[in-house]
Amino acid sequence: MKPAAFDYLRAATTSEALEALAQQGGDARVLAGGQSLMAMLNMRLAKPKLLVDIMRIKELRRIERQKDAVVIGASVRQAELLAWPALAEALPLVALALPWVGHMQTRSRGTVCGSLAHADPSAEMPLTLVALGGEVLLRSAKRRRRVAAKDFFAGMMLTARADDELIEGISLPIARDGRFAFREVARRHGDFAIVACAAMKTSSGVRLAVGGVADVPTARDWPRLDGTALDDALNAFAYELGARDDVHATARYRRDLVRMIGRDLIGEVLQ
Amino acid sequence: MTRLNSNARHAVRFTLNGKPVEAEAEPRMLLSDFLRHQLGATGTHVGCEHGVCGACTVIVDGMLTRSCLTLAAQVDGCEIRTVEGLAPSADRLGVLQQAFRRNHALQCGFCTAGILMSLDHYLGENPAPTEAGIRDLLSGHLCRCTGYTPIIQAALEAAAQLASPTKETSDA
Ligand code: FES
Ligand code: FES
Repeated sequence: MKPAAFDYLRAATTSEALEALAQQGGDARVLAGGQSLMAMLNMRLAKPKLLVDIMRIKELRRIERQKDAVVIGASVRQAELLAWPALAEALPLVALALPWVGHMQTRSRGTVCGSLAHADPSAEMPLTLVALGGEVLLRSAKRRRRVAAKDFFAGMMLTARADDELIEGISLPIARDGRFAFREVARRHGDFAIVACAAMKTSSGVRLAVGGVADVPTARDWPRLDGTALDDALNAFAYELGARDDVHATARYRRDLVRMIGRDLIGEVLQ
Repeated sequence: MTRLNSNARHAVRFTLNGKPVEAEAEPRMLLSDFLRHQLGATGTHVGCEHGVCGACTVIVDGMLTRSCLTLAAQVDGCEIRTVEGLAPSADRLGVLQQAFRRNHALQCGFCTAGILMSLDHYLGENPAPTEAGIRDLLSGHLCRCTGYTPIIQAALEAAAQLASPTKETSDA
């Protein structure tokens, strides 16, 4: 399996990359760590005319702690974020979820933002972004905008990013006193999730976010619930996600996982 | 900014196991093919070509890297290590390689180059590894022969030997 032919542009600055995207539009793809895109190219599921390599753009390689949020630039690799000393304290949910992303051999190259751009419905980083209510920082040659996580994912492998836009980075809210939990079921560690769940305590109760079931990772907030009220809420949520049968698991199994893992994780964060 | 045209070949230069190398590649050429076809470094194997099997794993600037998910053009100017660089000399195997041999950690050998590169990198960063850590690392590789157990054994043995570099225990 070899990719179809494309031009390759190694951008040295963000404006060079944006200029290329403005000119080439939908015929261009942004290449970061390549852990999703290169497989798509090899299988010829994507045949861009131009690849814009952003990994040598210095200004995109930053993890910046602001007052209430951490900004992670587009060329920050997953392994780099995992090694960031403040991760467990500032972004505990990311610290829990990130080791589940692929394997050590792919996290070393793959970027955090690349996983979001790829928008696989069962991937852990999109789920984490939605669970935390983060934002995606988009930029084109003409403008900048911030898109909330829930508006960014538009469907299976579809996002709100326009053809001429680059994901410059993401912004994730810093955890205050929160309690977080993450769990995933997959055939093997490192495979895509059959179901992945993240839970966190919120000011008014609890939030559960689920990946691997609907076309996009989906979060739901509840007041403090327990007993049968919690069971009913989880059951309704599991059905609303519209699980389908596929080669990996039945819809029923996925709903079971949402009900059981959801209950466990909510118990963990509310205890 | 560097722009390489799709229908031409372009010079790619990097350091391979400490030696500068150069050859030509179209922009779409994978690093795995560049190593094997352009440079003749066929120690790196190619299994799935979509990032799943780990056979093609090499080290680029200190990072474990699937060479089938990397373009030759991307690594211009980088430092690359492959299985050819593991043995200290042409007639001697390295400590990890010797441990593989003693423990029958390879049968057909197709997966071995990639696994050796992963373990070499991992043992360098984790001189006292646990079995769980090694299993986690190996989840990024597929081996259809060994059942993994001898590989884990070899890795633990090599780590122990590297931690107490006393005497040679094999003429392998
Ligand atoms: S050939 Fe690269 S991972 Fe299988
Ligand atoms: S030794 Fe044959 S695949 Fe691993």
